[in-house]
Amino acid sequence: MAFDLDEKLADGRVGFFTDTSVCIGCKACEVACKEWNAVPDDGMTFTGMSYDNTVGLGADTWRHVAFVEQRRPLGHQEPGVGDMDFRWLMASDVCKHCTHAACLDVCPTGSLFRTEYGTVVVQEDVCNGCGYCVPACPFGVIGKRETTGVAAKCTMCYDRLGAGEEPACAKTCPTDSIQFGDLDELRERAERRLEQLRAAGAGSARLYGHDPDDGVGGTGAFFLLLDEPEVYGLPPDPVVTTRDLPSMWRHVGVAALALLAGVAASAWRRQS
Amino acid sequence: MDLTWPLLRQLTGKDRTGRGQAVKSAATEALRARTAGADRVVKSICPYCAVGCGQNVYVRDERVVQIEGDPDSPISRGRLCPKGAATLQLTTDSGRQRQALYRPPGATGWQAIDLATAMDMVADRIIATRRETWEQERDGRRTARTMGIASLGGATLDNEENYLIKKLLTSLGVVQIENQARVCHSSTVVGLGTSFGRGGATTFMQDLQHSDCVVIQGSNFAEAHPVGFQWVMEAKARGAVVIHVDPRFTRTSALADLHVPIRAGSDVAFLGAIINHVLENDLYFHEYVVNYTNAATILNEDYRDAEDGDGVFSGFDAAGHTYDDESWQYDGMQAAPASGDRDSDYQRRSGRVPPGRPEITGSAGIPMDGTPRRDETLRDPRCVMQVLRRHFARYTPEMVEQVCGVPRRLFEEVCRHLTENSGPDRTSEFVYAVGWTQHSDGSQFVRAASILQLLLGNIGRPGGGIQALRGHASIQGSSDIPTLFNLLPGYIPMPHAHEHERLHDFLRADAPHGGFWANMPAYLVSLLKAWWGDSARPDNDFRFDYLPRLTGSHSTYDTVMSQLAGGCKGYILLGENPAVGSANARMQRLGMAELDWLVVRDLNLIESATWWKDGPEIETGELATADIGTEVFFLPAAAHTEKSGSFTNTNRWLQWHHQAVEPAGDARSDLWFMYHLGRIIREKLAGSRDQKDAPVLELTWDYPVEGATAEPSAEAVLAEINGWDAQGRPLSGYAGLADDGSTACGCWIYCGVYAGGVNQAARRKPWTEQSWIAAEWAWAWPANRRILYNRASARPDGSPWSERKQLVWWDEPAQRWTGHDEPDVEAGKSPAYRPPPDARGVAALSGIDPFIMQADGKGWLFAPAGVVDGPLPTHYEPQDSPVANPLYGHQRNPARKLYPHADNRYHPSGDDPGASVFPYVVTTYRLTEHFTAGGMSRFTPYLSELQPEMFCEVSPGLAAERGLVHGDWATIITARNAIEARVMVTDRMPSLRLDGRVLHQIGLPFHFGPNGLAKGDAANELASISLDPNSHIQEVKALSADIRPGRRPRGPALRELVRSYQRRAGIGEHTGTEA
Repeated sequence: MAFDLDEKLADGRVGFFTDTSVCIGCKACEVACKEWNAVPDDGMTFTGMSYDNTVGLGADTWRHVAFVEQRRPLGHQEPGVGDMDFRWLMASDVCKHCTHAACLDVCPTGSLFRTEYGTVVVQEDVCNGCGYCVPACPFGVIGKRETTGVAAKCTMCYDRLGAGEEPACAKTCPTDSIQFGDLDELRERAERRLEQLRAAGAGSARLYGHDPDDGVGGTGAFFLLLDEPEVYGLPPDPVVTTRDLPSMWRHVGVAALALLAGVAASAWRRQS
Repeated sequence: MDLTWPLLRQLTGKDRTGRGQAVKSAATEALRARTAGADRVVKSICPYCAVGCGQNVYVRDERVVQIEGDPDSPISRGRLCPKGAATLQLTTDSGRQRQALYRPPGATGWQAIDLATAMDMVADRIIATRRETWEQERDGRRTARTMGIASLGGATLDNEENYLIKKLLTSLGVVQIENQARVCHSSTVVGLGTSFGRGGATTFMQDLQHSDCVVIQGSNFAEAHPVGFQWVMEAKARGAVVIHVDPRFTRTSALADLHVPIRAGSDVAFLGAIINHVLENDLYFHEYVVNYTNAATILNEDYRDAEDGDGVFSGFDAAGHTYDDESWQYDGMQAAPASGDRDSDYQRRSGRVPPGRPEITGSAGIPMDGTPRRDETLRDPRCVMQVLRRHFARYTPEMVEQVCGVPRRLFEEVCRHLTENSGPDRTSEFVYAVGWTQHSDGSQFVRAASILQLLLGNIGRPGGGIQALRGHASIQGSSDIPTLFNLLPGYIPMPHAHEHERLHDFLRADAPHGGFWANMPAYLVSLLKAWWGDSARPDNDFRFDYLPRLTGSHSTYDTVMSQLAGGCKGYILLGENPAVGSANARMQRLGMAELDWLVVRDLNLIESATWWKDGPEIETGELATADIGTEVFFLPAAAHTEKSGSFTNTNRWLQWHHQAVEPAGDARSDLWFMYHLGRIIREKLAGSRDQKDAPVLELTWDYPVEGATAEPSAEAVLAEINGWDAQGRPLSGYAGLADDGSTACGCWIYCGVYAGGVNQAARRKPWTEQSWIAAEWAWAWPANRRILYNRASARPDGSPWSERKQLVWWDEPAQRWTGHDEPDVEAGKSPAYRPPPDARGVAALSGIDPFIMQADGKGWLFAPAGVVDGPLPTHYEPQDSPVANPLYGHQRNPARKLYPHADNRYHPSGDDPGASVFPYVVTTYRLTEHFTAGGMSRFTPYLSELQPEMFCEVSPGLAAERGLVHGDWATIITARNAIEARVMVTDRMPSLRLDGRVLHQIGLPFHFGPNGLAKGDAANELASISLDPNSHIQEVKALSADIRPGRRPRGPALRELVRSYQRRAGIGEHTGTEA
């Protein structure tokens, strides 16, 4: 289990449920996030990756919409694009606000912290830019902003939560693909939606990140996907990168003890 | 929290690992949402598309600190699309222009100019040009106008601003007043207006949730109107079938149940085949059709259908490319006769309906006189139903495969869904946008859907109707209060020089005894009173002669031709960017280069403001900056947060947005610009005895001003639009208007928006506190009705067709119509009422007539008047098409409007020699991330990064055929110009099989231009100016082109490339111009 053995997330933990089956790929979430959080633009580059020109999450993109063009059928949809099956999947990705958050574990300054809402937030004024959190994240979410040198990622609009407002992305989402609320309630809602979709023939639909027994202890932001996570650029079986830290420390301890015992033994032998 | 050291907190508190509350910094602790700390929250409306989403503008220390969705809005429920979400950056970004700029003739750069000086100079230019180009008469008829000045723009502005533009410029004798409504949705006004009586969407966004089947065709709903699309998703969640018929698999298709790929420009064939399917299989809604449409009406025996004329109807004049609609009339009823003094030569040249006149159907149907004969058994061979059967008989599923490239299986799926979901207990809705309107027969695309929806009984009912998705915040408003050459406010036609010398003649011609236009004298006289006040008296025809006269088409494209020919000398652009957004963009710039002066009012330095120094023609060497004599004024505009006013959304809802802050620097509202321009001109002309100055000097122009910038009161303008009685009391509705000069009203259909002296457009009762009709949110014309023609939601006897689809019904005990919506029928008119033979006006309509604006009270399956290119939709190929018309010998719309010119060459089509030089079909469109010609998105970083560069979408088949590489460059070429774009190879752009050949289509977003952050060549460089003869809209949704790998040539080589294509295709001045 993870390093944060004593972590007990309080009741009332909030989260995102992103239902990609109703996402229209409009990217309002990306813009609303940037407007609220004053995140700078991420460069003007045409990528040719379908309609995705912001490429992925990072210091300057806290919500990111993936576009996946596939020659596969979507439930009962009749795509009518010739003889092949076709579907165009869209999904808005975001920081997962993991139950076991490696970024938080490795942060040496206390910049990253667990909020009273169960979310994980970077404190820009504390961060020293060491960057340990960047490779620690199993999802590749967090990044270091070049202009400021400090880490940046989704805060689930920490300041808005304090004012009783929902995060900017969830508020703006035209089709309610991004839903914000009590995490337990969202999980129940997601199960119902999954059943509905499966009954409608979307056999490949699945939830991602909802399971408290997964490698990160479940995520605060979870998803309903219509295909394998890899298709959307998500790791299929994420594991908190600090999972082995406790046992590593134990091994270090044992080794240290053994070393000490050895040193003591040889010293005793020399004495005698 | 205590403020001890974090380490101390960690050791002494619960957070022993130091990853929670213990490490919270003082800054984090002090963090507050800036919305919570705002000084005030100002209610506003999104300035982008016409869905009309509510916005809350948060102001702190007189600065806008946040803009987000208004959760109270019944339309948007607090949600915003990426553009709406970017309005904070749009309005507050440091990149926005806030300094007035001036470019003297021949100068190579801008210079800053004092705003007052600039205003004074512009006023001088207008006065001088007007004097130099004044035309008192043309061909012996009084015109009293200047053709030397034109304006373009208004759909992004407020109704009040449009009103002042129209009022001031008309009083100056300017007739070339146009806006985006011309180039976007003018075909809607004609198509819906002639079919149903009013030229606006028949329903409203939220009612989509009640639909059982939503057919989206000619629209990319999810991408262009994302927040409105939530109501499609609501319908889908309730079990509705969603169908998307479109050349491309788009973000709309991705959420649809069925996507039907179709060849761009072939929709009439597709819809015609569904009509045929419905008729042949007896699937139409019998009781609805017999009682509520003109199916039973018997036509004149002289009528000859296109069926008998190889694609041409009776009355065609091959020399003039026009129709005389005399033979299309009902037996026993006639379209309003023209006045006696119309000269026969003019009549022969222009047909019965003068240019631009079809759009008078925007608020009421075509005026007609008499009582038509009917056969309610629908068996008479000359009744509309039988004519319809014959006309559409050749529109078969096989023809759909051949013309549209739609496999029979998919076509039949659409027919099945539509017919299964239409009837007493179920309704289907059509949704379209400019994919239908922007064709050389665009009005007929809309007509075809109207016919189908009437046959299926879907008009005027919950979940039914036709939703026209307009694309600018107030493009409906700029049609209603028209900055359009051919209309006066409320769709009253502008008078033509040939016909209307006196008010009496005008009213006799256009306001006959029957139907709704019978009340036009009251509307027109009240308008003249609003404009000329005490000066307008019965003994001087209420100053009717102060209106300048039309002599044909003066649309924006005619203006461009006039600029090139040296006739139009001054041009005012008000929030419109024709150098990118209008067809044949190069011609737009070449036209501007011939101007004496140009005024550009915008938020940013758009291409239409800077073409003289960095336009494409400078690069090719066609123009040299030093040789361009055009004086250019750039006057920065105020954003929607910086002014008050009303937008009319796509469903006719007037929504008020309140000013949040003062505009910075030289930025001013267009209300300010027009008001002060008028004030300065009037001061300069004061004392003039020149008769041409009287209309502007006597104009009522005394609006109260407020604040440091002397901003005119928008509410005072709204009050004038609403109108008042002789005592100055606000009118409560247009029924109170009189023709004796005792009332004044700036726009009769908006009469009631200021009822009781209260701004009804500013009403904001939350959607959670009222029914889905939301009658107490804002105000809708007409008379706050939300679903038009809702009388048709009840049976002829007045009871609902079904409980599930009830909307309004006749309450027999109360002897009144009642229900969820405001009934679209006289409240006390019993279903049993039958008009006496001598009845006139509205009394001539029976108690079962739901289309009360139509002269006969019926929905028009067949349009006996009002549509100049045929009474029934007929498939014609686009002006430039690689496909020969398989349905008729006539390849193209015989009545289309062409502008042959060396810079506007047309392509050979179909099987003609040279047609194979342009073998592919180009279609143009919007992306979610951008807005029209880019003025409000390409300068905004958050939007630009999402779609940073021009690209073309092609199928893998086309990529293989032409060697196009994904991510690399391609050059697309027509006889007008060539552009380059990055290549996007995608299965979303399906190649079609039709008639044994594979047809490839090329998709081009039209937003891009050389300025701003997101750049690229403009797709409109490729399009020709070829117009729908009804609406004068350009055909940019389907044209032929060639594509090849690599970037386009630079310098003079670009023109040489275009010329080489013209030579290869054998293109001359007459190519493509045959009837």
